[in-house]
Amino acid sequence: MIRGKRGRVVEPMTGRRLGGARGLVFAAVLGFGIAGAQAAGAVTVYVSNEKDNTISVIDGETLKVTATVPVGQRPRGIILSRDKTRLYICASDSNHIEVLDLATLKITRTLPSGPDPELFVLHPDGNRLYVANEDDNMVTVIDLEKGTVIAEVPVGVEPEGMGLSPDGKILVTTSETTNMAHFIDTGTYKVVDSVLVDTRPRVAEFTRDGKYVWVSSEIGGTVSVIDARTRKVVEKITFGIAGIRSEAIQPVGVRITGDGKLAFVALGPANRVAVIDAERFAVRKYLLVGQRVWQLAFSPDESKLFTTNGVSKDVSVIDVKRLKVVKSITVGRFPWGIVVK
Amino acid sequence: MTAVHYLRCLRGIVVREALRFLHQRGRFIAALVRPLVWLFIFAAGFRSVLGVSIIPPYETYVLYEVYITPGLIGMIQLFNGMQSSLSMVYDREMGSMKTLLVSPLPRWYLLTCKLLAGVAVSILQVYAFLIVAAFWEIDAPVWGYVSLLPALVLSGLMLGALGMLLSSVIKQLENFAGVMNFVIFPMFFASSTLYPLWKIKESSLLLYNICAFNPFTHAVEMIRFALYGQVNTFSSLYVLASLALFLGLAIYGYDPGRGLIARRGEPAG
Repeated sequence: MIRGKRGRVVEPMTGRRLGGARGLVFAAVLGFGIAGAQAAGAVTVYVSNEKDNTISVIDGETLKVTATVPVGQRPRGIILSRDKTRLYICASDSNHIEVLDLATLKITRTLPSGPDPELFVLHPDGNRLYVANEDDNMVTVIDLEKGTVIAEVPVGVEPEGMGLSPDGKILVTTSETTNMAHFIDTGTYKVVDSVLVDTRPRVAEFTRDGKYVWVSSEIGGTVSVIDARTRKVVEKITFGIAGIRSEAIQPVGVRITGDGKLAFVALGPANRVAVIDAERFAVRKYLLVGQRVWQLAFSPDESKLFTTNGVSKDVSVIDVKRLKVVKSITVGRFPWGIVVK
Repeated sequence: MTAVHYLRCLRGIVVREALRFLHQRGRFIAALVRPLVWLFIFAAGFRSVLGVSIIPPYETYVLYEVYITPGLIGMIQLFNGMQSSLSMVYDREMGSMKTLLVSPLPRWYLLTCKLLAGVAVSILQVYAFLIVAAFWEIDAPVWGYVSLLPALVLSGLMLGALGMLLSSVIKQLENFAGVMNFVIFPMFFASSTLYPLWKIKESSLLLYNICAFNPFTHAVEMIRFALYGQVNTFSSLYVLASLALFLGLAIYGYDPGRGLIARRGEPAG
């Protein structure tokens, strides 16, 4: 018995919402004790280990690994369901998506995804999943309830980054080889615009107000800030770290705080996360983390930022307020995707 | 002899050391500049050297500057200990040591007071260094600065006692250069100050054993853990044992009846 987002009562195993009055009674009898405990915190971090074919579960308070779950081949992008009871996993080499039940830590379902799914994003309706298929240059749209493919949108070569506007109307996907950010209308599944960015764009991230899309270019070593309305690059953020050669600075993961004040960019083999003043587009400082840092995820209250460091096999924890790295936690081989519940 | 006499003596010695320290502003600046040079020039070039392995007490990857900071704190205390040894040789040549040692209070007490005075001075230097370092974001948890204090007292006493032992065998002021060459440099370089011990072990097992034997290594490790609010029990005990050994020998060395001075005799003249 878990209270879902917006206080809706959700049945734990099926995730189905219970009807109003019945749900309330159910909640009153059984649920509130547990609901209170759930709301009190209990932050959990999930990390996909690309080489080990596992998901590591980390307790967000003690910062210790509490479980390691075997999953499909080469798990990369991971994402939570809207009610946060399930984890969707891109099992890239298994060519499908797996659904992990977070209460039992068992794979309950697999979904079709098209070949080599890498990253994906969930529509605010909680049902439509947009998947980047790295090998066949498509974005596949999946209906989660029915488990079927709704549409396939052809995009540039090697699509990876998936950024959805907060209202869910525009999807931005980056194609690593075409070096473009494609703007897709989620109503018609058509590419409405493509913006040229620097070499090998990896991640697209909208600001919470939906005004800008930040796109990181791994080889180009820059982050392009695109005006979401005019679809023009308005800022290009560059990086420079004393003692690190510029080729090693390879931006990948991008996360922006909800208030739009701070942005964090993972710089790959530079082993640093750049902290950026997101209003002035200026780098404030670099934080040392593990080797080859790629993806990032905030805790729900944005007090902590977690990073996956592929080569050093660990997750670094950044205190967002103090802008300090507080700990690095060993997980499996080549940690890739990360989400925080 | 009552407690009042003991306290009066302690006060007299500490005030004299403090006055000497305050009047030698150059010494204070030198004590501050020396570790800062290491921090900003030497460490800057090695910034990316470490960060490959997480060793306790660190919980994540650290920059080289962060790694060598405890070693530089140790260096401040090492130099300070040697400096007090220098000043004791000077005191002996000038005769003020004789005034001190003919006091009716026990010799071990007088020497310990002298040590404590030196430690107090070194602690001031360490915190001044840490304040400057904090401006460059080389900082520790707030409580770490508090838990550092007992470690500084212990390591300061140990290094001071070593200096005192040396001063009991150094005949003349001019011999101090020898101390630099044969004590300060080997102690500083053959320790965990500049590189973690596991890294030294990779290149030479002999050097690793020398480093692990070096009391300065343990002083640095004790300081390193204390700075992060942790206790390195083995290193702390090692430092404590070294302190007992050095202080015991120094007290013996300053005993005119059996000590090293008597045996060697007064400088000819």
